[in-house]
Amino acid sequence: MKLVIAYIQPERLPEVKQALYAREIFKISVTNAMGCGRQKGYHETYRGADIEVNLLKKVRIEIAVNESFVQPTIDGIIEGSKTGQIGDGKIFVLPIEECIRIRTGETGHDAIG
Amino acid sequence: MKKLIKLLFLNVLLISPIFAKDVADTLVELQNNINIVWTATAAFLVFFMQAGFALVESGFTRAKNTVNIMMKNLMDFSIGTVFFYFIGFGLMFGATNGFMGTTNFAISGKTLNDADWIWIFLFFQTVFAGTAATIVSGAIAERTKFSGYLIYSVFICAFIYPIFGSWAWGGLLDGGGWLEKLGFLDFAGSTVVHSIGGWLALAGAIILGPRIGKFGRDGKDKAIPGHNIALAALGVFILWFGWFGFNSGSTTLGNGNIGRIAVITNMSAAGGAIAAMFTAWFVIGKPDGSMALNGTLAGLVGITAGCDVVSPAGALMIGLMSGVLVVFSVLFIDKKLKIDDPVGAVSVHGVCGAFGTLAVGFFALDNGLLYGGGGRQLLIQTIGVVVAFIWAFGLGLVLFYIVKITIGLRVSKDEELRGLDIGEHGMEAYDGFQIFTTQ
Repeated sequence: MKLVIAYIQPERLPEVKQALYAREIFKISVTNAMGCGRQKGYHETYRGADIEVNLLKKVRIEIAVNESFVQPTIDGIIEGSKTGQIGDGKIFVLPIEECIRIRTGETGHDAIG
Repeated sequence: MKKLIKLLFLNVLLISPIFAKDVADTLVELQNNINIVWTATAAFLVFFMQAGFALVESGFTRAKNTVNIMMKNLMDFSIGTVFFYFIGFGLMFGATNGFMGTTNFAISGKTLNDADWIWIFLFFQTVFAGTAATIVSGAIAERTKFSGYLIYSVFICAFIYPIFGSWAWGGLLDGGGWLEKLGFLDFAGSTVVHSIGGWLALAGAIILGPRIGKFGRDGKDKAIPGHNIALAALGVFILWFGWFGFNSGSTTLGNGNIGRIAVITNMSAAGGAIAAMFTAWFVIGKPDGSMALNGTLAGLVGITAGCDVVSPAGALMIGLMSGVLVVFSVLFIDKKLKIDDPVGAVSVHGVCGAFGTLAVGFFALDNGLLYGGGGRQLLIQTIGVVVAFIWAFGLGLVLFYIVKITIGLRVSKDEELRGLDIGEHGMEAYDGFQIFTTQ
């Protein structure tokens, strides 16, 4: 069992979802996130005064998968979010100790299902 | 005792011919002032409709484009005010050469004392021109380059709206257009204001193409939900409120017609809301809020042409039919024509404006088809509707196409995805809030 976490550009989310659907990965959690990486941020002005926007809007995706789905998930996220520009994002893969489905009490592989 | 003295005094006044003439003059002046006060009040109400349009459009679109919508509504009225004063007003209400007005630019040649009617007439017509201009903003929202929109604002208030207006309404001042001579009836502007705006909006939406993500790869339409239905609803209430000025004010007379036209206008708006709600309930499965709001506006647009010549029952019928029509029109434009109109402006203003103008031919108490008046009025109404379509849609295609190939009409793909607020204006509407910009 692995937890795949990805930070991507918000506007790429529809493409990522499509790419994941095509690989039969339907379960996904999405949250709004702010963050900055190597990308310098963009420039805003408010009533003539400059604002340095360092923290950019990002979207955080979390997907818990069984081993056989790890690579397809990574492939799907990359296919949907890659533009070649700075700021495309990063993917982290973490091990999961345990997973329990609240409704049924199932654990492990069955709970991730 | 006081009453008696008053009566005696009045009698003396009336008996004496000199005094009687003074009283008559005073009464005429008084009525004139009442007319000016009422028309001014109505004009201020119509001005407030700009706020309504801004709220409806921003509520029905995404949060990332809100600053852009507000700026478009602010600027089309501001630019419209200037160009209508110097160019549009003369083209619309000057002495006509058969095609358009040629005098009265910047109300030159008028006497211009404080008691003069011309001031409030100019102001009333300016806010009407602003209304026509701002209709287009919603249909081309979320993807139009701001500079391109400014160019469009100049042309609608300086030329497109006033020249058509001179054909139907020029006789209100020094003009006299061929449509009004034919007997075309459009009391407050179902065609002159709303259809003209609606057909221009259609042309703009076609030339621009749909927003990214509106239609899937298979061509199926997808919902892009508006970000704040509370704002949209407030906008519709403000428009409804302003419409009492739009319609009741178009009498420009302070008398009992104000109340009659208010009742008729209100009846049609209510009918539009009810009919659109039930139509959506049957067709879509739920009483969709955005459709009911569109239905209210459809009822208002529909009654605008005939609000002085139909009965309250006729107004209810016009409202109900507009409400049904607007739902099917929105679905048809979305699903069949595959034209992306984020707020339903083409359906509300173009389609229901045309319908309302034709409805005069059926429901007018004097000469409508349903009241035994024959088909002549309906024929004249049809001519007006068709001419308005050809004029506004045709010129709209040309205008938007020229903007497209010169300065560009559409923002880049990246900018559209990130939102026009950042790309066009460098600021956000809801700074400090977490907003999904994922669609």
